[in-house]
Amino acid sequence: MSYIKDKRKKIIIGNVSNQLIIIYTLLVLFGWVNIYAANFDNNSTAIIDFSRNAGKQIIWIGLAGFFAIFILLIDSRFFSIFSYPVYIIIMLSLIAVIFVGKEVAGSRSWFQIGSFALQPAEFGKFATSLALSKYLSATNIRFEEFKTRIIATIIIIIPFLLILLQNDTGSALVYGFFIFVFYREGLSGNILIIGVLLAFMLTLSLIVNKYIIISCLAVVTLYFVYYTRRFKKDRILFIFAFVLSASLLLSFDYIYNNVLKTHHRDRIEVLFGKKVDEKGAGYNVIQSKIAIGSGGVIGKGFLEGTQTKYNFVPEQSTDFIFCTVGEEYGFLGSSIVVILFIYLIVQIISLSERQRSPFSRIYGYCVAVIIFAHFVINIAMAIGLLPVIGIPLPFFSYGGSSLLSFTILLFVFIKQTGDKHEII
Amino acid sequence: MKVNYEERANVLQVIFIIIGIIFVIRLFFLQIIDSSYKNSANNNVLRYTTDYPGRGLIYDRNNELMVCNEAAYDLMIIPKDLKKDFDTLSFCSMINIDINDFRTRLDKAKKFSRYKGSVFEAQISKEDYASIQEKMYKYKGFYFRLRTIRKYIKPIAAHVFGYIGEVNQSIIDKDNDKYYKAGDYVGIAGIEKQYEQELRGSKGLKILMADALNRDKGSYKNGEYDIAPVSGSNLYSGLDYALQEYGEKLMENKRGSVVAIDPSTGEILALISVPSYDPNLLVGRTRTKNYKLLQDDPNKPLFNRALKAKYPPGSTFKLINALIGLQERAITFSTTYPCSRGFHYGGLNVGCHEHNSPLDLEGSIIHSCNAYYCKAFGAILNKYKTDRDGYIVWRNYVTKFGFGNKFNSDIPNHSSGFVPKAEYYDKRYGKNGWKWLTVISLAIGQGELGITPLQLANMSAIIANRGYYITPHLIKKIGNKVPNKEYLVKHYTGISKIYFDKVADAMYNVVEGGTGMGGKINGISVCGKTGTAQNPHGKDHSIFVAFAPKDNPKISISVFVENAGFGATWAVPIASLMIEKYLNDTVLRKDLEDRMFKPIP
Repeated sequence: MSYIKDKRKKIIIGNVSNQLIIIYTLLVLFGWVNIYAANFDNNSTAIIDFSRNAGKQIIWIGLAGFFAIFILLIDSRFFSIFSYPVYIIIMLSLIAVIFVGKEVAGSRSWFQIGSFALQPAEFGKFATSLALSKYLSATNIRFEEFKTRIIATIIIIIPFLLILLQNDTGSALVYGFFIFVFYREGLSGNILIIGVLLAFMLTLSLIVNKYIIISCLAVVTLYFVYYTRRFKKDRILFIFAFVLSASLLLSFDYIYNNVLKTHHRDRIEVLFGKKVDEKGAGYNVIQSKIAIGSGGVIGKGFLEGTQTKYNFVPEQSTDFIFCTVGEEYGFLGSSIVVILFIYLIVQIISLSERQRSPFSRIYGYCVAVIIFAHFVINIAMAIGLLPVIGIPLPFFSYGGSSLLSFTILLFVFIKQTGDKHEII
Repeated sequence: MKVNYEERANVLQVIFIIIGIIFVIRLFFLQIIDSSYKNSANNNVLRYTTDYPGRGLIYDRNNELMVCNEAAYDLMIIPKDLKKDFDTLSFCSMINIDINDFRTRLDKAKKFSRYKGSVFEAQISKEDYASIQEKMYKYKGFYFRLRTIRKYIKPIAAHVFGYIGEVNQSIIDKDNDKYYKAGDYVGIAGIEKQYEQELRGSKGLKILMADALNRDKGSYKNGEYDIAPVSGSNLYSGLDYALQEYGEKLMENKRGSVVAIDPSTGEILALISVPSYDPNLLVGRTRTKNYKLLQDDPNKPLFNRALKAKYPPGSTFKLINALIGLQERAITFSTTYPCSRGFHYGGLNVGCHEHNSPLDLEGSIIHSCNAYYCKAFGAILNKYKTDRDGYIVWRNYVTKFGFGNKFNSDIPNHSSGFVPKAEYYDKRYGKNGWKWLTVISLAIGQGELGITPLQLANMSAIIANRGYYITPHLIKKIGNKVPNKEYLVKHYTGISKIYFDKVADAMYNVVEGGTGMGGKINGISVCGKTGTAQNPHGKDHSIFVAFAPKDNPKISISVFVENAGFGATWAVPIASLMIEKYLNDTVLRKDLEDRMFKPIP
């Protein structure tokens, strides 16, 4: 009885893994088509031209395929055993890149190797996932313990700070999404809610004067203090919450005005319509929205997007690749891409839950939230829901580091979900 | 306590799915609900450029080209392409403008668009273009756009052709078809204005694409949405270009007008008003400047005397009174009136020159007797119950000759002249306060009468046709079709042909042995009538109307020479030379010709 059940489960897992590989392949290939379109030049129609992005990406796709097969062939315990070494090596390279890296657009985050450049930050997410999974899955570790949470946070904070030092705010932001992994492992849901409320309050402070918000909070606090006067403990809690949020607001205001760079502030103000700047900070977003918006229901067709073809959207093969989808394939094409991503992420979570080993499960969650983080930030930026934050769309955007790191990230998980006979 | 967190997987999945749904909804709004992005994308990439058609050409009656188009170049500017080290001074001296002018134009262009081209200096001639083009590489941000400008082959007939100019806001506002855009050209006067619709053709549209750096990316969808320009129709005028030229030469250094009409068709052969100007002055970028100069010229070269000047017709009008008198049976061929150096009635005296007396009708025309026509005019008006009734009948005949009315014709902006209505005199003298004697000046073509040279030429055509006229017109064909059915209609005067025959005979004798003897041409039977219009401002105007040959006439003509004294001295020879030129193609009377070329002493 139990045998049959087990067998069926394995078959299902096998099928789901195959689905992940199919979605991965679809995204990579469709991504390549869009990179080709974004870089299309009437004067050079060759598909394989290694001096151009689309040509280079073919090499990266080949390399990614090689890595994927390699991962599926080696022992699934390999990565759990070598988690810490991988983490340490990548952290060291993140430090090294600060000193020997090549500076690109103000960020010092690339190793230049011949004509190819490698971005260790992309691999940082993979390494952090391994280390975090390894640490939290150890038999003597209980997430309920305060010490555990501190150490887990440190594992995340280290790459976060190193990447921030490289001036790559976008990539650093992704590490914040590990809070979803913590939530799954036992972090109180209230913290997520408080986090969301704080984020809402801070966002609001960009639009409404901060002293008005503080006054409102004070009124609410007074009301509750009066209402709950019989319970002294609650009163103190409310007052504490008020003081905390007020000081957070003020320090956020300080960080916003003094720590953030002008171009960050510009991007945020453009998003909230406080600043209209068609030629400067707002240009990318406007052109991106025009590209997507002009796609209509079914899009203008392959190589027919004028925004795409004539370079109105900067960074179109990397951070703004979604514009090409929106313009050339319209609502249909872009919705399918969104659905594929959500389906992929949801399936990874389902699959993670079915894992027997905590390492596989936690690692699966890490994979899901990292892909989700990139997906959310990248597309929200392209459709004007978030300020411009330059991070790639997984599997899709042009760039070897990104494609390789996401391929490794995903296939290590796929490898964890079963043995090779069932998935290949 | 062991807690199971498995259900949190669902919480996270739901959150992620909700985010996905938010994205799809957002995409739905961006891509399907809001259509403004399509326009923005088109605005980014599409460059609409007007493809200007060639303006129609104008030919004369012998298919000789009179008006054509010539390449000219608009100097265009794209403000964003101007470099920091732009040498404004040398640029200004190259195109001959001052530096403040440069700045205003640059500001204007910037206001229009920093990325799109706008006209900086319009219609630079071929010659200037050649010298500027060589240096253009130094001035990034400027380029040339080919346009055409009008070219008038000979420096004549300015009043006939008129001119074209840039449309102004009021033309754009009044244009119901929304055809004109700022920067377009439109006919402002003359044939150019009258036949604007036909001459302009229709503009084409080219849709080009440009990338983010405004570099040309070729035509949009292989020109699928382009509209080809349609050239304007060619006009075939009834004008005789050579005759026009000859007439203008004869009239040089004089003031006045010559109008020649082919009586059988109503086609205008020559329409001359002097002083005139070279029509090429009002072309291209010097137009505004030159227009001002012409406008300020005390000789008023822009004033078209042939169509707008209202003269008293003088003795030429006696022909009309003779015809009306005959038709009204107030006089007959054999009616004679005595003349004692004028017409004297009570205290009223209308003088006349020395001639045989009494004269019959023919004699009165040959010798242009004033007394005869005063009496004949009296006889016409006295036939009716009151002189006023008689006057109304008389005036009705006069208007049938085209006097006091405008022609339903393509002749631009011509005056209706003035033939007073009975009410005019009622107002002046009281309803019963005037008689035939009050308005006796009308008998000899003086008084309140205002007749244009065109109307007088048409009168001559009516006599040539022995009773009718075809509306005088300038253009006989547009492409292959007749522009106006009106040009096929004969307008009768209501006076019998036999009377016209008689008057024509008399006119023949005017030239053979009367006041118009200077107009005689060997081998051509010329009929004519002299006139002298009294002019309160100086010497009388010399007038002559004529047609030839007497039978089957080919040309009828009116000549006005201002302040030239008696009709016979200047107007008669000029008309005669015109007739000779038109009918014989060459003029044999070189002495006469030379005398006429000279200015009036």
